Amino acid sequence: MVEQERVRVVRCGGSELNFRRAVFSADSKYIFCVSGDFVKVYSTATEECVHILQGHRNLVTGIQLNPNNHLQLYSCSFDGTIKLWDYVDGILIKTFIVGHKLHALFTVARAEDSVFVTINKEKPDIFQLVSVKLPKSSSQEIESKELSFVLDYINQSPKYIAFGNEGEYVAAVRDFYLSVYFFKKKTTSRFTLSSSRNKKHAKNNFTCVACHPKEDCIATGHKDGKIRLWRNFDDDKKYTYTCLHWHHDMVMDLAFSVTGTSLLSGGRESVLVEWRDAAEKNKEFLPRLGATIEHISVSPAGDLFCTSHSDNKIIVIHRNLEASAVIQGLVKDSNIFTGLMIDPRTKALVLNGKPGHLQFYSLQSDKQLYNLDIVQQEYINDYGLIQIELTKAAFGCYGNWLATVEQRQEKETELELQMKLWMYNKKTQGFVLNTKVNMPHEDHITALCFCNAEKSENPTLVTASKDGHFKVWILTDDSDIYKKAVGWTCDFVGSYHKYQATNCCFSEDGSLLAVSFEEIVTIWDSETWELKCTFCQRAGKIRHLCFGRLTCSKYLLGATENGILCCWNLLSCALEWSAKLNVRVMEPDLNSENIAAISHSSMGSDLFVFKPSEPRPLYIQKNISREEVQWGVFVPRDVPESFTSEAYQWLNRSQFYFLTKSQSLLTLSTKSPEEKLTPTSKQVFLGWSNCPDKILVSSCLKDVGLAASVLRSTLCEVELPSAVTVKTLPPSSPPLHIAVQSRDALLFCSPRNLLAALCWGWERDLGI
Amino acid sequence: MGEFKVHRVRFFNYVPSGIRCVAYNNQSNRLAVSRTDGTVEIYNLSANYFQEKFFPGHESRATEALCWAKGQRLFSAGLNGEIIEYDLQALNIKYAMDAFGGPIWSMAASPSGSQLLVGCEDGSVKLFQITPGKIQFERNFDRQKSRILSLSWRPSGTHIAAGSIDYISVFDVKSGSAIHKMLVDRQYMGVSKRKCIIWGVAFLSDGTVISVDSAGKVQFWDSATGTLVKNHLIANADVQSIAVSDQEDSFVVGTAEGTVFHFQLVSVTSNSSEKQWVRTKPFQHHTHDVRAVAHSPTALISGGTDTHLVIRPLMEKVEVKNYDAALRKITFPHRRLISCSKKKQLLLFQFAHHLELWQLGSTVATGKFLVPGKNGDTLPLSKDADHLLHLKTKGPENIICSCISPCGSWIAYSTASRFFLYRLSYERDNISLQRVSKMPAFLRSALQILFSEDSAKLFVASNQGSLHIIRLLEGSFKHLHTFQPQSGTVESMCLLAVSPDGNWLAASGTSAGVHVYNVKNLKLHCTVPAYNFPVTALAIAPSTNNLVIAHSDQQVFEYSIPDKQYTEWSRTIQKQGFHHLWLQRDTPITHISFHLKRPMHILLHDAYMFCIIDKSLPLPNDKTLLYNPLPPKNESDVIRRRTAHAFKISKIYKPLLFMDLLDERTLVAVERPLDDIIAQLPPPIKKKKFGT
Repeated sequence: MVEQERVRVVRCGGSELNFRRAVFSADSKYIFCVSGDFVKVYSTATEECVHILQGHRNLVTGIQLNPNNHLQLYSCSFDGTIKLWDYVDGILIKTFIVGHKLHALFTVARAEDSVFVTINKEKPDIFQLVSVKLPKSSSQEIESKELSFVLDYINQSPKYIAFGNEGEYVAAVRDFYLSVYFFKKKTTSRFTLSSSRNKKHAKNNFTCVACHPKEDCIATGHKDGKIRLWRNFDDDKKYTYTCLHWHHDMVMDLAFSVTGTSLLSGGRESVLVEWRDAAEKNKEFLPRLGATIEHISVSPAGDLFCTSHSDNKIIVIHRNLEASAVIQGLVKDSNIFTGLMIDPRTKALVLNGKPGHLQFYSLQSDKQLYNLDIVQQEYINDYGLIQIELTKAAFGCYGNWLATVEQRQEKETELELQMKLWMYNKKTQGFVLNTKVNMPHEDHITALCFCNAEKSENPTLVTASKDGHFKVWILTDDSDIYKKAVGWTCDFVGSYHKYQATNCCFSEDGSLLAVSFEEIVTIWDSETWELKCTFCQRAGKIRHLCFGRLTCSKYLLGATENGILCCWNLLSCALEWSAKLNVRVMEPDLNSENIAAISHSSMGSDLFVFKPSEPRPLYIQKNISREEVQWGVFVPRDVPESFTSEAYQWLNRSQFYFLTKSQSLLTLSTKSPEEKLTPTSKQVFLGWSNCPDKILVSSCLKDVGLAASVLRSTLCEVELPSAVTVKTLPPSSPPLHIAVQSRDALLFCSPRNLLAALCWGWERDLGI
Repeated sequence: MGEFKVHRVRFFNYVPSGIRCVAYNNQSNRLAVSRTDGTVEIYNLSANYFQEKFFPGHESRATEALCWAKGQRLFSAGLNGEIIEYDLQALNIKYAMDAFGGPIWSMAASPSGSQLLVGCEDGSVKLFQITPGKIQFERNFDRQKSRILSLSWRPSGTHIAAGSIDYISVFDVKSGSAIHKMLVDRQYMGVSKRKCIIWGVAFLSDGTVISVDSAGKVQFWDSATGTLVKNHLIANADVQSIAVSDQEDSFVVGTAEGTVFHFQLVSVTSNSSEKQWVRTKPFQHHTHDVRAVAHSPTALISGGTDTHLVIRPLMEKVEVKNYDAALRKITFPHRRLISCSKKKQLLLFQFAHHLELWQLGSTVATGKFLVPGKNGDTLPLSKDADHLLHLKTKGPENIICSCISPCGSWIAYSTASRFFLYRLSYERDNISLQRVSKMPAFLRSALQILFSEDSAKLFVASNQGSLHIIRLLEGSFKHLHTFQPQSGTVESMCLLAVSPDGNWLAASGTSAGVHVYNVKNLKLHCTVPAYNFPVTALAIAPSTNNLVIAHSDQQVFEYSIPDKQYTEWSRTIQKQGFHHLWLQRDTPITHISFHLKRPMHILLHDAYMFCIIDKSLPLPNDKTLLYNPLPPKNESDVIRRRTAHAFKISKIYKPLLFMDLLDERTLVAVERPLDDIIAQLPPPIKKKKFGT
C-alpha cells in the first residue's frame, strides 16, 4: 500500500438478484441479472459469476440484449445513463446520458437506433414510457436527450409493460385497465375490468403482462390468480379474452416461450406452471421451488427458462421443466434474529436464511454456500400463520458444535421453545443433529454462548433466559451398549434475585462467565459455578456484554439501554471508565483487542473502534449509514492487509461487516470488494497438500466454467476418506480431471464431481 | 298498499323437466325448446323471450332432435322412431311419421331447407324431402356400424358429417357414400375410456368439421383429407352440445359440468389474414349437464338438465345497452299452472301427469294477533294445509291446462286429445269426485279453460281457434254456443278472461289482438287493437268492466269494454311512459287480479315481484325510485305522499308462480324456491372445490 488509502463504506455483495427479470444471452450460455449498481454475468451451466459489469453509479434498473448485436447488452440505471456492454469481455462500450432517472428498459428489434425507457414525470407514482434515440457516434459518452413520448400513466416495474408482435404494439397495465398502443396506427386502446367496488371483482387488479411472440395475444396476470389471454384487442368492441385459473394467489409474472406454444406463470405458490397451447386442461407444473416466483424469463434460444425468487435466487430450468442450476444470493427476506456469525471452518457468514434455515454465505464469492435446515418442518406459506422462528444460534469449539434456538409463540402464554445442538460431521462435511432439548427454559432465551477457551477440555454452553435463570450445558457421555455417543445435559442452573437474565459471555480463557441480570452484571467462576462478584451501574438494562481479549482480558465491557458504555476492571472489581454512547452493536475482534461499537442517533449510525484499556477510540467513522445498523461482525482476513496509517491498523487482520435495518450488507474498505471477487489470475491451480489424505484444491478461475463452479475462489481443504487416495494425473487424462484411486479401481473424475462427492458422501456419487 | 294476510304456499312440488334440445330460427327470431318429457316450447326472442306457444309432452315421445326447416316449419324426432311436424298455428301435431330406422338420435335440415336428414339407432342416415304438406322418404346413405348421434350439413349442401361412436363419417350427399371415416381418440387424459361418443358435429363452409365428444374434447377436422387439425381439451366430462353462429366466426359448446365455452375465430396477427379458433370465455350458469346450446346473432343460449334456459348476450354484438344486454334465466313456464277457488280456499296445482287439490291452512289468530302483529310476522297455523285430491290422468299425454271453478265444485282439465270435467262434492271431511261423462265430440282438446265467477258457465278455448261456452247444471251440462274464429285465421286462443258479472269474455291468441265477446247475446263485442307484442295476461275489472292487458314488453293497457276505447288512465300512462326499470324486468306478467273494495287498484305479478298499481296516485317518472320499500308507519304523511307513486312493488316472494286475492284482506302466494327444484334433480357431476 503505497498511495494514501481512504477507507469508505462500500456495499459488499448480498445485493438483490431478483430485482428485475434476468436476461439470457442469445446462446443461453450466460444469464445476466442486475445486482445493485452492477450487472452480473453468470454461467448457466456452472452457476458461477463470470463477470461483474460495473460502471453505473446508482441502482441498475433494467438490462436488455442489444437486438442488433447479441453479444452486447444495454443497461439502464437510476443515474440517468444507458450503457452498452460487451459482456463476453466485460467491457463498457458506450454510455448514453439521458438525464432522467430511468426505471425500466425495453429494446425492440425493428427500432434500430432507439430503446424504450420508463421515466417519472411530475407525480411520484406516475410513469411514462418514452423512446430514446441513441445517436451513432464514436465517442465513449454520448448525450441522447431526444425522447419521444409513447404511453402515459403506467406502472414503474417492467412487469407491467410488454412489447408484442416484434414491436408492433406495446401493452401496459395498471390497476384495472390494459392499454395497448399501436405504433403504426398511433392509437391507444384501453380495456377496463370491473373495479374493486364490486366485491366479486375486488381482486381484478392487473399484476403483470406478456405478449405472444407470434400471435396477437396478450396475457395478463391478476391479483386473484387469474390469467387472461386477450385477443382481437385492435378493436375496442370485438375484443375478447379467455381465463386461465390455477393460481390461488396473485400471479407474479408471466412469460411466453419463444415459439409461443406455452405460457409460463408463477406466483406465491412457488410453483412454475406451464400452460401448453393456452389450454386450461393442458398444464405442467414444477413445484417446490422454495420461495415466491417474482420473475420468469425465457432464453432467446428457447432451451432454458429461469425464475427469480423472493429469497434472492435464480433457478435455471430446462425446457422439460427440470431445474438445472441455482444461483443463490444472500437470502434477505426474513428477519435476522441470529445476528451475523462467522463459521470458523469455512469463514462463511452465517445468519437466518429461508424460514427455519441457517444460511452459510460466502463473502468472497457473494453466493450462498449452503442452507442448514434447523426447524426441519414443512414450511407452509400462508398469510397470518405463526411460524417457527429460528431466534438464536452460536458456534462453539472451532465450529465443531452449533447451538440453535427456535421458538413459536401463538399466544402470550403459549411459548414453544426448542434448543438444538448440532455436531459437525467430518465425513459428511455437515452439521448433524446431536441433542434436542424441548423447553430448555420457561421463557424466551435471550443469549447463548459457548466457552471457546482453547484449554477447556469439555465443551460448555450457557443459555440465559427471561425466566430469570441461566443454565450451563455440558457435553456428557451418552453411550449405551450399542454405540459410543455424546449428548448435552444441563449441568448448572444459576439465578440472581429473580431478575431476568439478559446476556451472557465467557472470558477468553473460559475461566469466568459474565451474566447480566437486567441492570446487574454477575461474574461466575466457570469451575465451581460460584458467584464471584457483581457490577451495577444503575444505567438501565445491559444490552451488550463482552470481555476484553488478549492484553485487555482483565476488562469487561457492558453497554446499557440508557446509552452508557461501561468498562469494568475485573481485578479491581471497579469501573475503569464509562462513556455516553447509545450502543447498538458491540463486537469484539477475535484477532486483536479491538472492539467495534456502533451507535445510533437520528442523524445516522457512527462507528467507534476502541481498546478496552483506553477510553479514547482508535478510530471513529461518523455516519457509516443513515439507517440503524442492526448487526456487525469481524471477519478474519485470509491474507493480512498492511495498512500503514495508524487509524486503519485495526483493519489489518480482520474486516468488519455490518448489516443495516434494510438488510444491506456493508463493509469498510479502501477498494470495492468486487475487485476481489474477480480474480485476475486465469490459471488453474490444483495441488496436493503434504498431508497424504488431504486434497488441497484452490482455484482462482474466471472463465473456466466447470472447475470454477466447484472450486469456488476460496481455498478449501477437504479430508478424504481413507479408502480413497489421489494419484497424480497421467498426462493423457482430460484437463481438469483428477485421478482418484479407491480400493482397486482408478477413477478419473472432474473436480466438480469429486468435491460434490466429498461433500455429499462418496460412495453414492462416484459409484465406488 | 294496504295490509294483507298472506298464505305463503310452498307445497307446490313442481319440477320442470330438463331441456333436451334447443333450435333457433333465424328468420322469425324464435327459439324452439324441447324438454325431456316431450314438451316443445316456442320462445319469441323479439318479444322479450316470451314463451308464446307450447306443445304438450307425451310419455312415449322423448324428443332427441329438434330443427326448423323451410322457413318456419318445426320438426322433432325422438327415440320412438318418429319424425313429428308441429302445427304452429293450431298448436297441435300435424303428423308423425315413422322413419323405420329404430330410435332417431339426430336430425338436421339442409341449408336450403328442402331436405331433412335423420340419424338412426341402426346406423342409417335417411334423407327426407320436405313437401309443402308432408315429408317424403328419399333415400338412405351408407349404413354405419353404430348409431348416428349427431349430424351436420355443410352450408353448401354438398356434404354432411355424422358423429357416431368412436368415429365421424363424412358423406357425399350426391352419391350418398361415406368418403371419410375420422377416428376419434378414446384416450382421456392418458387413460383409455370405454368409448368416445361424438355428441355433436358442426360442418363449416370451409370444410372444417368441429366435433365434441364424451372425452371432453373439441376437435377440428379437415373434411377434405379426413385428418385432425386441432384439439382442445376443455372439460373433464362430456362435451354434449355445439352450435355455430351463422357467420361461422364463433361457436358455443356445452359440457356436462354445466360450463358453456365460447370459441371465436380470431386473426392470428392484426395484419395477416390467417385466423384461428380460440377458446375465449367460459360461462358457468348451469349446475348440471348442458344438453343443448344455440347461437343467436346476439346471444348464446343454453339449456340442460337443471331445467334453466339461459340466454347470455354477447356484449360485442349488442349495439346499445338495453333489455337484450342482460343475462336471463328462464325456469318456469310463462303460463298459469295454478288455479284457485276463492270460496272454498282451494288451490289446484297442475303437473305434467296429475293434478293436486289442496285446502289452504287457516289460523284462528285473526283480530287478536293481527293488531299487535307487525308487518312480516308469521301467524301460527291452527289447521295445516290439506292435500285433498290427487287426480292422475289417463293415458300418456301431458295435461295442457286445468281449472277449478270459483265455487270449488268443478274441476276441468284437458290433454292433447281428451277433455275431462269432474264434479266435486264435499261431505264434511270427505270429498267425492264424479266424472261428467258424455262430453261432446268437439270438446277434444282445450288450450285454456275458464269458469265464470258464479261457476255456472265454462269457457273452453279449443285448438281450432273456436271458443265454446258450456252451461253447467247439477251433474250435467249444456252446450250454449261456439264462437268460431274470424274468417281466414286459424289462430288459437291461449288466454281467456271473464268479467265477474259474467257478461263479457275476453280472449287472446298468440299475436292477434284481444277479442271481447258479449256472453249475454253471444256476439263479438269488439276487438282491442293489435299490439306488436304478445299478450301475457288478461283480466276484466269487477265493476267498471275495464279490460286490463299485460304484454310481454311489460306494457299494461286498460281498455274500457262498454266504451270500446282505452281508458283515460291507460292513455296517460302511455303518454308518460313506464318507468325504465319497469320496462327492464325480465319475466312477463302472468296474472292480473282486482280488489273488490278498491276499484282503483290493479294487482299483478310476475315471477320476481308482486305489484299493486294504484291508479289514484301519480305515475312515477324515471327520476323517482321505482322499488320503494314499504313506508314505515311513523313517517310523516308529507314525505309519504311525496314519495308515493302508483306502483307499489313487493319482492318478498320469489320465484312467485301464482298470487291472488282470496278475500279483501287475504292473499295467497305460491312460491317455488329454486333450491327445492335443484334438490329434486339428479346430483350433478362432482367437482373438486378449491380449498376443501
